[in-house]
Amino acid sequence: MTGRTTRSAEPPQSGAAGKASRQLPRRGLLFGGAAAGLGALAAAGTQLAAAGQTTAPAAGTAEAVHGGGLVAFHGERQAGIDTPAQAHAAFVALDLRPGTSREGVKALLRLLSDDAANLCAGRPALADTEGELALVPARLTVTFGFGPGLVAAVDPARAPEWLKPLPAFKIDRLTPDFSDGDLLLQICADDPVTVAHAQRMLLKDSRSFATVRWVQGGFRRSYGSEKPGTTMRNLFGQVDGTSNPAPGSTDVERVVWGRGGHPAWVDNGTSVVIRRIAMNLDKWDEVDRAGREESVGRRLSNGAPLTGSHEHDDPDFAALSPHGFPVISDVSHLRRSRPDDPSQRIFRRAYNYDAAPGAGGVSDSGLIFVSFQADVARQFTPIQQRLAEADMLNLWTTPVGSAVFAVPPGCREGGFIGEQLFA
Amino acid sequence: MNMNFTYPALTVLAAAALALSGCAPSAPASAPSATDAAASPAAAADGLAVSQPWVKAAASGMTGAFGVIKNTTGADITVTGASTPAARMAELHETVAGTSGGMQMRAKEGGFVIPAGGELKLEPGANHVMLMGLTGPVKAGDEITLTLELAGGGTFSFTALAKDFRGANENYVEGGAGMTGHQPSSGSTASPSPSANK
Repeated sequence: MTGRTTRSAEPPQSGAAGKASRQLPRRGLLFGGAAAGLGALAAAGTQLAAAGQTTAPAAGTAEAVHGGGLVAFHGERQAGIDTPAQAHAAFVALDLRPGTSREGVKALLRLLSDDAANLCAGRPALADTEGELALVPARLTVTFGFGPGLVAAVDPARAPEWLKPLPAFKIDRLTPDFSDGDLLLQICADDPVTVAHAQRMLLKDSRSFATVRWVQGGFRRSYGSEKPGTTMRNLFGQVDGTSNPAPGSTDVERVVWGRGGHPAWVDNGTSVVIRRIAMNLDKWDEVDRAGREESVGRRLSNGAPLTGSHEHDDPDFAALSPHGFPVISDVSHLRRSRPDDPSQRIFRRAYNYDAAPGAGGVSDSGLIFVSFQADVARQFTPIQQRLAEADMLNLWTTPVGSAVFAVPPGCREGGFIGEQLFA
Repeated sequence: MNMNFTYPALTVLAAAALALSGCAPSAPASAPSATDAAASPAAAADGLAVSQPWVKAAASGMTGAFGVIKNTTGADITVTGASTPAARMAELHETVAGTSGGMQMRAKEGGFVIPAGGELKLEPGANHVMLMGLTGPVKAGDEITLTLELAGGGTFSFTALAKDFRGANENYVEGGAGMTGHQPSSGSTASPSPSANK
């Protein structure tokens, strides 16, 4: 395996301040912050109790502070892929400035890797003018993806065959505002301030070399709102991602890293597809519960297939209703996305988005679909092709952005992401 | 040395930069324990260790070098000077209250004494190494070699990463006469004449 460690994956319980302070060099500050929080909570509890309130959290149970969680930046593989998904994400695509040389790309990657290594360790980056914001890493990860332009600038011969825009699908209504790019920075943490600071720091160090092409902000449930490992729900209310391989499983080794499956473009590398899927909530409003469940083939309550009762029950595509129709529709999302070829699998790591509505509208919501797979052409594209041909969900969903990136391996301390391309 | 080489800070911008850094005089540098900064370029020699060394990228003219220098010995160490292939001249600068009420940058008389077991923080708007007469552009991502000269004749060299940085824009009046830009994007190529630095 990769040897990557996640420290403090669980929220510290009582004694949180002491535990958190051990994770970080900044003992005094974290301890002081947690202690101050405890005091405030205790004070609040006192006041509420005096007013006869009974809903105030007990001071001893509500103080868990988990902003000190660390995910190691260094390792054979990049973090932020099979890392359990953090609550907040920013996906940033950069375009190299015209004429950026191979050495320029190298300098850029070295600078950004150095920033990421510091920030992910809960340290200010070099020349970090808002260094205090770095002291709450909240499981920050920064994951780099290389677009065709970056690989071409460094070593065109290394570009995997699939590193190009996906084939055009008839359901697509793509805009350049959310498509393509030379360099992807996927920034994830359980705290949105941490994400914003990391994004700012990385972009400051990018501006000599690159311009921002697009940024997409995404979110899931807040850290601590649900039991870790709970399958996410999208903004249609659907349980989304049930069939995902479990992080750390042999399935992930095969699907993401190509071990025992379609080989990855480079050892300990993979690929990422990012598609912005607009979800028409106003049209979805018109669909009753039965129709919503039929469109996916799963129950809204718990994500169980319509032929089962638990989320992870295997769907029975042969089961028929009393009227002789398949219980799980042949054009449901579940049926259409399920491959006959077991090598056509992907690892999803999606985030919701909820942008400001356009004129006259009330919502601009959707899904930042993110999937990792060793080989885009063999694993991802056939699934997307089937869904483009028929999928009831297409009635309410529209892909408006699409990008493909090659994900390089991780790096050791002192190294930088992508160094293999320069070897 | 260099007693005649003082720089009254004269612009509002400079004051603002100082005020900003004054809000957090040491947090970014001291928040991480310097010795924990394993991911950063670091060097150790002669009982000194550097962490988080960096240089402000500059097209030409002048710029500053920053970082934290730690004295790991039981005796004080005095840094008396600095040099780098990136500039014709490098000086140790300090920031002090000026007689006119503002802050002044000036060459540090007698150098910086790093107490036994202590550290020297070099930060924008505070103590720093000033590079003057850049021999070429210092571009973001460049690795610049800096050498500190120590009392007693020793030296301490390390590399600093060049960063795109919009702060550290203090302007100076050189010896109360002509102005030279500390701001690299100003394109100023002025550097103190050797005669001003005798």
